[in-house]
Parts: sequence; structure tokens; C-alpha cells
Amino acid sequence: MTDTIIHCLLVLLMPPLLLGVIGKTKAAFAGRVGAPYLQPYYDLAKLLRKGSVFSETTTWVFRAGPVVTLAATVVAAALVPLGNHQAPVSFNGDMVLFAYLFGLARFFTTSAALDTGSSFEGMGAAREVTFSCLAEPTLFFALITLARMSSSLSLTGMLAHATASTWLGAGATMLLLVGALFIILLSENCRIPFDDPNTHLELTMIHEVMVLDHSGPAFGYILYGAAMKLFILGAIFVNIALPIETGQSFADWGIFIGCMLVLAVVIGVVESVMARLRLVRIPQLLVAATILSAFALLLTLR
Amino acid sequence: MTGNLTTLFNGSSIPWSDIPESGNDRFLQTIVDCTDRRWRVVSYFGLPEGNRTVLCCLLAKNDEAQLGVMKTVVEGDSFLSIARYCSQVQLFEREIAEQCGIRFEDHPWFKPVRFHRPFVSGRDAWGRSAADPIKVGVMDYFQVDGDEVHEVAVGPVHAGIIEPGHFRFQCHGELVFHLEISLGFQHRGIERSLIGGPSLRTIHQMETIAGDTTIGHGQAYCMVVESLGGTRTPACAEAIRGIALELERLANHTGDLGAIAGDVGYLPTASFCGRIRGDFLNMTAVLCGSRFGRGLLTPGGTLFDLSAEQRNDLLNRLEVARSDLTSAVELLWCTPSVMSRLEGTGTVSGEIAAELGLVGPPARACGIKRDVRQDNPFGIFRMAQIPVVTGFHGDVCARTVLRWQEAQKSIDFIAGQLRQLPAGSNRVEAAQPAGNMLAVALTEGWRGEICHVAITDDTGRFRRYKVTDPSFHNWQGLAMALRGGQISDFPLCNKSFNLSYCGYDL
Repeated sequence: MTDTIIHCLLVLLMPPLLLGVIGKTKAAFAGRVGAPYLQPYYDLAKLLRKGSVFSETTTWVFRAGPVVTLAATVVAAALVPLGNHQAPVSFNGDMVLFAYLFGLARFFTTSAALDTGSSFEGMGAAREVTFSCLAEPTLFFALITLARMSSSLSLTGMLAHATASTWLGAGATMLLLVGALFIILLSENCRIPFDDPNTHLELTMIHEVMVLDHSGPAFGYILYGAAMKLFILGAIFVNIALPIETGQSFADWGIFIGCMLVLAVVIGVVESVMARLRLVRIPQLLVAATILSAFALLLTLR
Repeated sequence: MTGNLTTLFNGSSIPWSDIPESGNDRFLQTIVDCTDRRWRVVSYFGLPEGNRTVLCCLLAKNDEAQLGVMKTVVEGDSFLSIARYCSQVQLFEREIAEQCGIRFEDHPWFKPVRFHRPFVSGRDAWGRSAADPIKVGVMDYFQVDGDEVHEVAVGPVHAGIIEPGHFRFQCHGELVFHLEISLGFQHRGIERSLIGGPSLRTIHQMETIAGDTTIGHGQAYCMVVESLGGTRTPACAEAIRGIALELERLANHTGDLGAIAGDVGYLPTASFCGRIRGDFLNMTAVLCGSRFGRGLLTPGGTLFDLSAEQRNDLLNRLEVARSDLTSAVELLWCTPSVMSRLEGTGTVSGEIAAELGLVGPPARACGIKRDVRQDNPFGIFRMAQIPVVTGFHGDVCARTVLRWQEAQKSIDFIAGQLRQLPAGSNRVEAAQPAGNMLAVALTEGWRGEICHVAITDDTGRFRRYKVTDPSFHNWQGLAMALRGGQISDFPLCNKSFNLSYCGYDL
């Protein structure tokens, strides 16, 4: 019970902190002080207090976009085990639900973007679905590999299987998985080198251009949902990449939080030391990630 | 062929009556012939005189210091366009049409430039009546038809904080077939308000033609007034002007290097260059108290002298800025992800650049050796030369590297000038401008060639003052750089050109 409460609190409260840590890391590389760690919380509070502007040409789809996206993300968060603890909801095959909850969220985000009729948002939606088509096989190859290794079809069982001994036994598979998942983590969350969350140039944006017309609380939901998605995918990555287990519940929670913060710093470092990819290069990198995860699967099948 | 041209040199003036009037056909034929033979159009403008209009064309020969000028008289309200044979005059013809109400027959691209009323009443090239409001940006845009072709319109209000401009892309997926750029949102009527000058406020108008090119435009104006009055500027003032011009170049090139890095999402260089740009602006403030060089120049010299302490201060700051800038910019060349983003993006070939008459860094990045400081030396550059930097590939990478190399040369130049600043006064009283003269002044601003032409009336007042900002030549180059490229590369290409909206809009 305690674990479930901690799980819920972490999922609801921690995601914006990751963005704050990433921002601080990037600022440090740029020689700046940077915004406070809690700035994303202040931004969300500010947006929730604002009014919204809705274009007359939009329909209910435009308004439903942010709400459905956030709701789908919250449900997905309940399926993921955090730091060697059971997920609040877990059943056989929940990994498929997990993957397609994000699919549902994406469907509504892109529909809302298309609903505005703006040529930018159409461009953004086209880019988003193209790249996510390429990212999806990687996620599934990774999940199938984990399912095969752990002989379990629920996320809790699959991720609980990844321990230090798994790394010793099947290091090559795990290494390939970690590489593929890190690429997916960056691509799904619109981080550099795939997308630049800070850019204000309509023509190069991917995710940001789709939400240009949202304002006020709706935009706040979008930002909060995006932070939560980063948190969830980050949690899966951390579970596989750093399977540290002490056996003590509270120590595990502490280690998990620490690992997530380290992950945020790593993302900040990646964003600082490299430029964005040219848009035509992004599919190549995503296909490379698919190949990595496919090889991981091959290694477990042999 | 060049028999119709009256030759003169940069910063000189000749009596208006010494320029023979050519027949219309010969005038046009000369422009076409000359542009085929390594000349290019520097400025081309009209002076409306009642029912008739005098057209005046200024040409420059590549790698020769001489300039050629000629004029012709257009009776009535229509004239023949040569834009099909000489792309360089395309925009000039539209500008003349808009200002003087002359219709150019057979112009392939006949649209307004800045969307304002003509200088003369009762004539309009597009037949718009005086009662119709003129809406900026409302015109027929070039369109591509087809099932999978789509149009993307950006601006004039942008998501970032930049000047207003409207861009229409005809795209096939992510591929750009054509980009059309429509400006004019910042038209302030500068040329019209200069008629009847110069007055005390003229220099301040010049300083704000393009706010980031204060010294470039200011110096061109000072040269015009000085040559009209026969004033000899003291050597000390010329050196200070040269230092200010190069500081302006440094500040803007540094800002551009940072902005290009920011556009590809590479933060360290973006942040560092933003700060170092401020250091260069502060050096300009040491000269005259204004970070943008406002109030430094005056016809006859400069308003501020440079003391020994100031010079030492500047030299120290310059060395610090040089090492800071070097380490910030070297990061770009050492980062493969940045280089792969810059190389091969937004390429303009040398032939196209020459045909369009591009100037400044975009021209030099295609290997065209074109720099007013070298070709038509003015001011201090007659005594102290700055080597011209050129590139080969004409892509974003070439324009970026070129900026860095030019910045290094400018730092060397400023350091040299500070160490051996000529003694003596920094200002003489400028004489009154002579009447019935034509004066030409070219300077190399950080964006490229700035051309000011003044024609005075009997009393020495400006009958016409023509300003040509380098952006006027170069916007078409940006459109060509995008052709066949990716629409997502537009912001990066745009930054690598970094053209002025207000300098174009006047």
C-alpha cells in the first residue's frame, strides 16, 4: 500500500523536476546560471491560472487533444513498475496496452493539430507520425526481448527480471536494448538530436509546432503530459540500465529517484554536446535503433 | 559598349549635367551588355520630373575601382523591362515602378516592393486609385499546382522575436520548390523624407536605416556630404571610422555565429557568442558612449576623439574578446553533428550569385571576390588594406566559416589602427554641398555593399537621395538557396544570410 502511494506521488509530482534538472545541466554547459530547478512547476502553475483562446475553426477534437493525451499518459504511468516495486496495475499483456496508450495520446495530439487547419501544424503532425511509425517497432522489439528473457507478459514481471545477474548472463542483449531504448527515449520525448524543445522556429519544430495553437490550462496539460511521458519512459530505461536492488523498500525508492536525476543530467549533457540532426537524417537513426533492438531479440532467440 | 558610361570613383561627385543623356534603347542595351561583361548593377533609380522621369543607373566593374553612371529620360508612364535578360535589375525595376509610377512592360514578376504610394501623384504602375487602401503583402503570389503540392505561409508575425516579413513556400512534402519573400511591413518613407535635405536630423535618419548597420550607412552619408562640399576628412577621423565600422562587423558576425549555433541546437557556442557580441558592442560604447555607434559620425569627421587611455582599454578588451571568441567558435568546427548540419545546406552556386549580383558574405562564400574595402577603397581602407576572405561552396557552412575568418581579420585591423592612430584633429567643419551634382558613396557594411547616391538641386539641397542596402541585392539569394532544399532548413539558411528587413523596406 505504501509503495502504491509513493508510486502515485512520484508519478504525479516528480516529472517537471526532470525538466528542471535538464535545464540546469544545459545552462551549466552554456556557462549560465539557468532557471531554478522548480521553474517547470512555476510555469505549469502560471499556465493553469490563465484563460484559453480557442480558434473558431476548431471543433471538440482540438479541446479533447490535451485532455485525452494527459489521461492516457497517467494510465500508462500506473502500468510501469518503479524501482523494483510492483506497478499498481499489472496483468498479462499490459505491455501492449502500455504501448498503445501512447499511440492513443499521439493520435489525439495529431488530430487536434490537424483540426486547426494550419499548414505548420499539418507539417508537424506529418513529421510526428512518420517518426513514431519508425520508433514503434523498436519499442516492441525491446518489449518482446524482455518478455522472452523473463517469460512474463506484464511490465512488472519483465522489468523485475532485469537484475545485475541478467547483465552478467546476457550482457550483449542488455547493452543493445539499452542503446535502442535511449534513442527511443530521446526521440519520443522530442529531445535533441531529434527535436529542440526550446526552438521557436515554426518550420523546424516537430512536437512543439503541433501545440502552437493551444494556450492556458490546455497547454499546461500538454507540457505536464510531456514531462510525465519523459518520466515513464525514463523509468523503464533506468529499470533496465541500472538494475540496482538493495532489498529494502525505502532504499530502493531513494535509489530510483537518484537514478532518474542522473538520467536527467545525462539527457542534459547529450543536448549540450551535440546539435540537432537534419530532419532527413532522423529516420536513419530510428532505423538504427530498430536494428539494435532486433539484434537483441535475435540474441535471446538463439 | 561602355561609351555611354561616365566614370567616377567611390566617394567622388560629378556635375549632373556631365552625365550625357542616352537614348532609351542604348541605355537598356548598355546595361545588358555591361552585366554580361563582369559589370554589375549597383543602383538603379528614377527621378520623377512632372510628366517625365529621369532614370539613372550606377554600375561597377568587378575588380576595378571605377564606377560607371548613365541616365536616360522616360516620357510618359511606361518603359521596357530588361529583367528577362538581366536578373539583377528585376527588383530595381519594380522599385522604380512603385516610386515613379512607371509601368515596366514585359516584366516577368511585376509586383509592388514596399506597398506605398508613388512619389508623384496621378500615376500608378498598377492602376490603383488614390482612394484604394494599399495593403502590405497583398499581391499575386507565385503558385505551384498539383495534388501533392502544398503552400506554407509564414509571417509577418513570427513565433520568435524578429522583424516582420512574409514568406510563401511552395512545397512537395518537406521539399521546397519555390520560396517567395514579401516585405515592406517596415516602410518608413526614408527616401522621400530625405528630399530637400541635408538637415541636422539627416545623420540620425541615416543611422536608423538599418539599426544594426549604423556606422555603415552613417559613413556612406558622411562621404556623400563631404564629396559634395569638397571637405577633406582628417586622417584621424578616417581611422576612428574604420575602427567603428570593423567593430560593428565584429559584433554582428559574432552574433550571427551564435545564432547559427543556436539554430542547430548547439548551446555552448550560442550562449558564449551572445555574450561576446555584447563585449564588442561595449567597445563601440567606449568610442562614443553608444553601443550601436549612434552619434559617432558627422560630416567632416567624428564627434569623439580617442584618447591614449581609451586606446589601451580597447586593445586590452580586444585581446580578451579574441581569445574568448576563438575558443567559442572552435567548438563548432570540432563538433561533427554541427558540421554535418551546416555542410551542404542552402547552397547558392557561384553562377547564380553572380547573375543575381549578390554582395557581401553570401557572395564571397561562393568564391566571388567582391568587397568594397578592396575594390573601391574608401576612408582608411585607402591606406590600410584588409585581406578579402572568400569561400568555395556557397553553403551555410561556407558563410559561417567566412564570418569567423572576417572577424579575425577585423580584429587584426582594429588592433593595428589602435596602435598607430594618426595624430591631429578628428573633425573639420563640413562645407555646404555644391549644387547640381551627383555624388556616390559605397561602403562595405557587415552585410555587404551599401550604396548612397545623392543628386542636388541648384541650391545644394537633395533632389533625390537613393539608398541601396545590401539586403536589397541579397534577399533573392536566400530564395534561391532554399530552392530544392528542405523546408526545415529555412531558419538556418535565413540566419546564415541574416538580411535586414528595415534596410530593404526603407
